Amino acid sequence: MQVTMTVNGTEVTRDVEPRLLLVHFLRETLGLTGTHWGCDTSNCGTCVVLVDGEPVKSCTQLAAMTAGHEVRTVEGMAAGGTLDPVQQGFMEEHGLQCGFCTPGMMLTARALLDRNPDPDEGEIREAISGQICRCTGYATIVRSIQWAAAHPAAETTDQEVRA
Amino acid sequence: MTAVTDKPRATRASAAGSSGKGCPVQVPAPFDYARATSVADALELLERHGPESHVIAGGHSLLPMMKLRLARPEWLIDINDVAELGHLTEEADVLRVGALTRHAALLDSDVVGRLFPIVHDAEKVIADPVVRNRGTIGGSLGQADPAEDLTTVCDVLRAQVVIVGPAGERVVDIGDFHRGPYETACEQNELITEVRFPIRARSSSAYEKVERRVGDWAVAAAGAAILLAEDGTFADVAIGLTALGLEGLATEAAAVLVGERPSEELLAEAGRLAAVASSPVEDQRGPVDYKRHLADELTRRVLRRSLERVGATAGALQGG
Ligand SMILES: Cc1cc2nc3c(=O)[nH]c(=O)nc-3n(C[C@H](O)[C@H](O)[C@H](O)COP(=O)(O)OP(=O)(O)OC[C@H]3O[C@@H](n4cnc5c(N)ncnc54)[C@H](O)[C@@H]3O)c2cc1C
Ligand code: FES
Ligand code: FES
Repeated sequence: MQVTMTVNGTEVTRDVEPRLLLVHFLRETLGLTGTHWGCDTSNCGTCVVLVDGEPVKSCTQLAAMTAGHEVRTVEGMAAGGTLDPVQQGFMEEHGLQCGFCTPGMMLTARALLDRNPDPDEGEIREAISGQICRCTGYATIVRSIQWAAAHPAAETTDQEVRA
Repeated sequence: MTAVTDKPRATRASAAGSSGKGCPVQVPAPFDYARATSVADALELLERHGPESHVIAGGHSLLPMMKLRLARPEWLIDINDVAELGHLTEEADVLRVGALTRHAALLDSDVVGRLFPIVHDAEKVIADPVVRNRGTIGGSLGQADPAEDLTTVCDVLRAQVVIVGPAGERVVDIGDFHRGPYETACEQNELITEVRFPIRARSSSAYEKVERRVGDWAVAAAGAAILLAEDGTFADVAIGLTALGLEGLATEAAAVLVGERPSEELLAEAGRLAAVASSPVEDQRGPVDYKRHLADELTRRVLRRSLERVGATAGALQGG
C-alpha cells in the first residue's frame, strides 16, 4: 500500500507492506537511522519519535497508521545548522554515554518543553519514565533537560559543535 | 498481560519482514489494512472483511500480541480517524467517554479527576506517559487483560459500555461486558463506542496499585467506589481487584460495609474478605501469600482514601 506522511518537514510517499512498523519505515525505508530500535516490546523507549508533536513508541505503531501525520525524528531537531537547545543541553550536561537511548530521550524532552517550558525535576522524571537508559543513571539526562529549559534559545552552530 | 511485556527476546521470529537482510526482526504476520472514517464505515469494513478482521485503536495491546503471533488478524480496521469516538462529555448524571479517548486525555481531564478521582489514580500508574499517548479506554476494555487497570476502575464505578453493531446499539453493564480473560460481550463485527460513568452525589473512589517498577503491570491493585447516605453510613460500596484472580466485584467485602458507619474495624474486615475472595497465582511478580496480603491492605487503603475524599467533597459543598 502507499503511505504519505511528513517526516521532518518533508512529505514522503512510499510503497510499504501494511505490517511495516514505523520504526522500520524510518530506519530502513527512509534511511533515517537516528531513531533507534531496542526492545521491540514497547518498553525501552529508544524508538520514540514525535507524531503530531507527541512522543510515540515507533515500534508499536504501523507506518500505515502514521500516514497523513507529521513525524519528527532526531534528524529533524537541529534547524539550519543550529542545534535544538535540548541537543545542546545533552552536550553541556553529559546527558549521554553510549547514546543508545539519546534520540528518544531528546524527543520526549522536546515535547515536554513545548508543552511545559519550565518543568520541575519531578515532571522531567515523569516525562522520561517510559524510557530506559542503561548508562547515565538519569541524573545527567535530567540536568540536560533542565539546561535546555534554562536556555530556550540556545545558539550553537554545527561549526562550534565540531570545533 | 505478562506474556506480552515479559516475553523474552528468544521468541523473536526471524521473519523476513521489513529488513529483508536476514536481520532478526519481530514483525507481525502479513495482513491488510483499512482506515475507517466513521462508526458506520468501521462496521461496514468489519462486515465486509469478515471474522478475521479486527479493530485497531492505540495498537499498544494488539501490535505486541501480533508480533508474538498471539493474534493473527487478516485485516486491521484502523479507527484512529473516527472523530466521533473521541468525546468526553459531562451530563447531569453521567460522564460519557468516547472509546478512542486516550489514557493521556483521561489523565489531563479536570472533569474526570473531579468526578472520578479513581481514574486519575489508575491512569498515573498505567504504563508510562508515552504509551498513554496512544492507548485508549476502548482498547483497554476490548483487550480485557486480567491485569488491565481500567477494567477494575470501570467495575467499581458501575460503568456501562455502549456497543454498536449491525443490529444497532446496545448498552451493556460492565459486569455483563466481561466474559473472562480476553473475552468480552463485544463481537468481532461490533464496535465499542462509549463508556458511561454514572455521576452520584456524596460518592468518591480511589485506586492503588503495587508495581515492580514504573510502567509495569500490577503485582496487585485494588479499587473502591463508595456512596454515603445522608446519615453518613455507607449506602453503596464496590470493591474490585486487579491481577488477583477475581472476576467482577468483591461483593462480600462490600456487603459488610453497607448500612454501617465507617470505622477502621469495618475496613479491616472488608480487607480481610477481599483477600479471601482473591485467588492470585504465583508468578515472577510475587508469591500467593504476598499478593493476598496486598489484596487486604490495598482494599483498606482505597476505602480509607475514598472516605477522605467524600469528606473533602462534602466540606466543599457546605462551604459553597
Ligand atoms: C509497555 C506497556 C505497558 C502497559 N502497562 C499497562 C498497565 O500497567 N496497565 C494497563 O491497564 N494497561 C497497560 N498497558 C496496556 C495499554 O493500556 C494499552 O494501551 C491498552 O490495553 C489497549 O489500548 P489500545 O487502544 O492500545 O488497544 P489496541 O491494542 O488497539 O486494541 C486492543 C484490543 O481491543 C480491541 N479494540 C480496541 N478498540 C476497540 C473498540 N473501540 N471497539 C471494539 N474493540 C476495540 C482491538 O481489536 C484489540 O483486540 C501497557 C501497554 C504497554 C505497551
Ligand atoms: S524499541 Fe520501541 S520501546 Fe523499545
Ligand atoms: S546513554 Fe547509554 S543507554 Fe542511555
